[in-house]
Amino acid sequence: MNTAVVVFPGSNCDQDVMHAVAETLGTKVYAVWHRETSLPEGTDFVILPGGFSFGDYLRCGAMAARSPVMKAVSNHGKRGGLLLGICNGFQVLTECGLLPGALLPNRTLDFICRPCLLKVENVSTPFTSLFSRGQIVQFPIAHGDGLYTLPEDELKSLEDRNGVVFRYCGSDGGTGDAANPNGSANNIAGIVNSAGNILGLMPHPERASDPLLGGEDGRIFWKSVFSVFHKGGL
Amino acid sequence: MDFTKAGLRGHEYERIKSALGREPNDCELRIMGVMWSEHCSYKSTKHLLKLFPNSGSRVVLGPGENAGIIDLGDGIGAAFKVESHNHPSAVAPYQGAATGVGGIIRDILALGARPVASMDGLFFGDPEYRKTRSLSSGIVHGVGGYGNPVGVPTIGGKTVYDSCYNENPLLNAFCIGLIPLGEIVSSRTARPGQAVVLLGSKTGRDGIAGAAFASVELSDDNKASRPSIQIGDPFAEKLLIEACLEMNAKKLIVSMQDMGAAGIISSSSEVAAKSGVAMRLDFDKVPLRAENMEPWEIALSESQERMLLIVEHSRLPEVIAIAGKWELDCAVIGETFEGDEYTILSSGEEVASLPATLIGEGCPPIHWESCKPADFEERWSFDVEELSLPEDWNETLLSLLESPSLASKEWIYDQYDSMVQLNTVQGPGRPLSILRIKGRDPLIAMVLDADPWKCYLDPFHGGAETVARTIRTLAVAGAKAAGLTDCLNFPSPEIPEQYWVLEECIKGMAEASSALGCPVVSGNVSLYNESPDGPILPTPVVGVVGILPSAEEYLPSGKWKENDLLFLVGACNPSLGGSRYLLSRFGRLAGRPLCFSPEAEKDFVERALKTASSKAARSGRTLAGGGLAVALAKDAAESGIGADISIPVPTRKDVFLFGEGGPRALYSVPMAKVPLFKALWNGYPCIQLGKAGGNELAVDGAFSVEVAELAGRWRVR
Amino acid sequence: MICRTSIFIELQEGVLDIQGKAVERSLASLGHDTVRSAKVGKYIQLRLECESPEAARKEAERMCDDLLVNNVIEQFRIEVEGE
Repeated sequence: MNTAVVVFPGSNCDQDVMHAVAETLGTKVYAVWHRETSLPEGTDFVILPGGFSFGDYLRCGAMAARSPVMKAVSNHGKRGGLLLGICNGFQVLTECGLLPGALLPNRTLDFICRPCLLKVENVSTPFTSLFSRGQIVQFPIAHGDGLYTLPEDELKSLEDRNGVVFRYCGSDGGTGDAANPNGSANNIAGIVNSAGNILGLMPHPERASDPLLGGEDGRIFWKSVFSVFHKGGL
Repeated sequence: MDFTKAGLRGHEYERIKSALGREPNDCELRIMGVMWSEHCSYKSTKHLLKLFPNSGSRVVLGPGENAGIIDLGDGIGAAFKVESHNHPSAVAPYQGAATGVGGIIRDILALGARPVASMDGLFFGDPEYRKTRSLSSGIVHGVGGYGNPVGVPTIGGKTVYDSCYNENPLLNAFCIGLIPLGEIVSSRTARPGQAVVLLGSKTGRDGIAGAAFASVELSDDNKASRPSIQIGDPFAEKLLIEACLEMNAKKLIVSMQDMGAAGIISSSSEVAAKSGVAMRLDFDKVPLRAENMEPWEIALSESQERMLLIVEHSRLPEVIAIAGKWELDCAVIGETFEGDEYTILSSGEEVASLPATLIGEGCPPIHWESCKPADFEERWSFDVEELSLPEDWNETLLSLLESPSLASKEWIYDQYDSMVQLNTVQGPGRPLSILRIKGRDPLIAMVLDADPWKCYLDPFHGGAETVARTIRTLAVAGAKAAGLTDCLNFPSPEIPEQYWVLEECIKGMAEASSALGCPVVSGNVSLYNESPDGPILPTPVVGVVGILPSAEEYLPSGKWKENDLLFLVGACNPSLGGSRYLLSRFGRLAGRPLCFSPEAEKDFVERALKTASSKAARSGRTLAGGGLAVALAKDAAESGIGADISIPVPTRKDVFLFGEGGPRALYSVPMAKVPLFKALWNGYPCIQLGKAGGNELAVDGAFSVEVAELAGRWRVR
Repeated sequence: MICRTSIFIELQEGVLDIQGKAVERSLASLGHDTVRSAKVGKYIQLRLECESPEAARKEAERMCDDLLVNNVIEQFRIEVEGE
């Protein structure tokens, strides 16, 4: 499985993602500069990493979403290719319209970085195939603009079609204000498109991919993608 | 132009005249005024800094460079330094802090190293003082506002509150980077016939004469000082980091210097002087973003996110291509030659011509008069017998735990990305911070510390204690200190009593680093930290970096388990002089701190390292602010379980529990390891305090508090 | 001609405006009891080389569509000098 990680000016988790994927799966990972107009031949999995692309200026992910490479990324996603947006990457996917909604400043108006518990709500996606439904995992968060918002009616549709993949929760799996770090609607931490091939989430699975650094749940995340890819599930 | 308007003193002006053989022109005067300011020239302290030991088997690069470098083994070096940005933070807290963080990152980058972590020393005024909230909030936000986007994790720091910082908050920014030893970029390697290149943001009027400004005490009218403030762009810095590292990986850089205080003139003349070449710069080639800038403004501008590179002509196209990819301005602004003349051209005319070595190194040192304060020993006159014992021990402990300087700083470091780059093994909120190096076993341990109160009461021993405490903290965790960096934050040296304090602190710090075999590889000095309301307490800040052989040999704090035995190693008669307890409960800054004892310190470090490497304990914590009581409380809160302690010595309970100073640590030892532990500490003061367990921290005859309450009061936001 | 064009961007009604709320609270705590609400938006100033103010307005609208405004959550209005 060949993975391409897009690098925008200001991305700062690109090398982290490349390390985590390569180290967990032992597969090839390529960095793709935002000015490229095509993805490397044979790209199976595209990741938009976290960071502050274009300094988060104007709006988070706004300028990155209009980078030359995004046409190819968008086509890859529309064709059903595996596409993942982490944190800033999630913001880029919403700016592109590849995922619904938008990310607003955190309710507290402060940047927050800490380990974070999530409930896996949907295990039918390639990204979560190796988790069990309702499983509680830990992926750290680090963001200032993670408040997921969507108009009421669209939110209902999203929930009805099981578009919510990860939800912020407490250690007992309970959801609510106390466990929600940024005020996201319905405690939403990550969502998938209706075709199930494009995932966006605010927490960082690459930061939970090494026991030395405090967590291994991220490894299951990468392995899920890999296992589905190899079963020809896409 | 009158030389005094340029900030020069009479003898300095004479020195310049005599070196030039003529009167300097206005442009040259302005340049020399800034370059020979305290901030740039270190004229009041360079002779004192020579007292620090700076050689050792692991030292690759010592003081006087962009940063110090120690050899971590296996061909990798760690470059690190701490730098202040105090005066700008007092006037514009957010930008002062942001540009402070940005500046030190560039110092590390200038060596070709990838910045991998930051720590910050934050010193704020009394929380009740009207300005403290906005100053501290601005500074805290500025550190994150720059550190987060730039992609360098903030993994630790030290935050202190004291009324002496009411008008003079301090911001000390520490940064560490990693570099293969064979790829270090030097500032001494420029040769004649090479191109001088400016890479990065355009040059504007930011911080004009900011350096000189830093040496001037803050007057009542801060608004008049505003034009000197620099504005930081972390996005541009992130691009700069990637571009420079890419260029260095392709060996395109002959020499590099970051543009900090006095931007172009400082960086370029330093390379010229150190490399022994002449330089000719054409300011018409400098990309500008303000109009009608005078040559001296261009020379002194402190516009951020700019680097100076020396590049072989044949490799310029590649440098320009990489700059283009990262969308950074890149301009050839000059050339190197044989000789030592440093010349600036503007509009085709020579506007300044000075010997390169005169600019950066020619400033005559100033030996200020030094005088021990007449009332000095009165500070020590403090009779412990006069102190009342607490009536409500529980409340006394809880108030101490939630006192601003000791309380948990989670509300601060939660705002900082501490995990980016995937190297953080232990982040903020613990006694020390730990990084891993991908693909290698050894870990890097580091901590930043300060104790202005002890330095005020006894500058020599307070300085020594500050250094020693950082080394002890590493040793208890299992890490051997390899090098340290210091930031000396002091008031005006022109007052003899204050200069004496500065001298004594430096001597004490030198004594400790020498005795403990930990050389000073880099550092910074910030003087004139005072206002009409008074001077700051002497505040040397020390950052130590050490090596942990492997994750297995790391001894954490806060890991008590039910039935572990708790031991105190170290003196049972510490001092309440300069302690947080005395300050917090009685509002008194008095007493004599413990004297530095080299033999006891060395002994402690050796035994502590052995305890960690042989896993003779489950958990260990060096005693620091708040003494044993606070160490017990923090360990209990982190462990989630309490303890049953009795004090087996006749020392006054308040002295035993709240006294500070000297090499002392609290260990929790599983029953099975007790014989090994005792053997390792045989011959060193070591007493068994009690047993861990239950949900209360109870000390016989003193406090008995529920662990949940300890945690709750300590972590109050 | 150079047309000075101002674009005022704000959050749509119903979208949570946390910055606005924070400003409201701060003003109130400073004693400004006349504040009933506060909204925080963005102001972008462009100098456009255009044939007429009307042409500048059309240009600005295209730019808003293209990049400057996220129409999922934001709305905008344009002012052109000389119109």
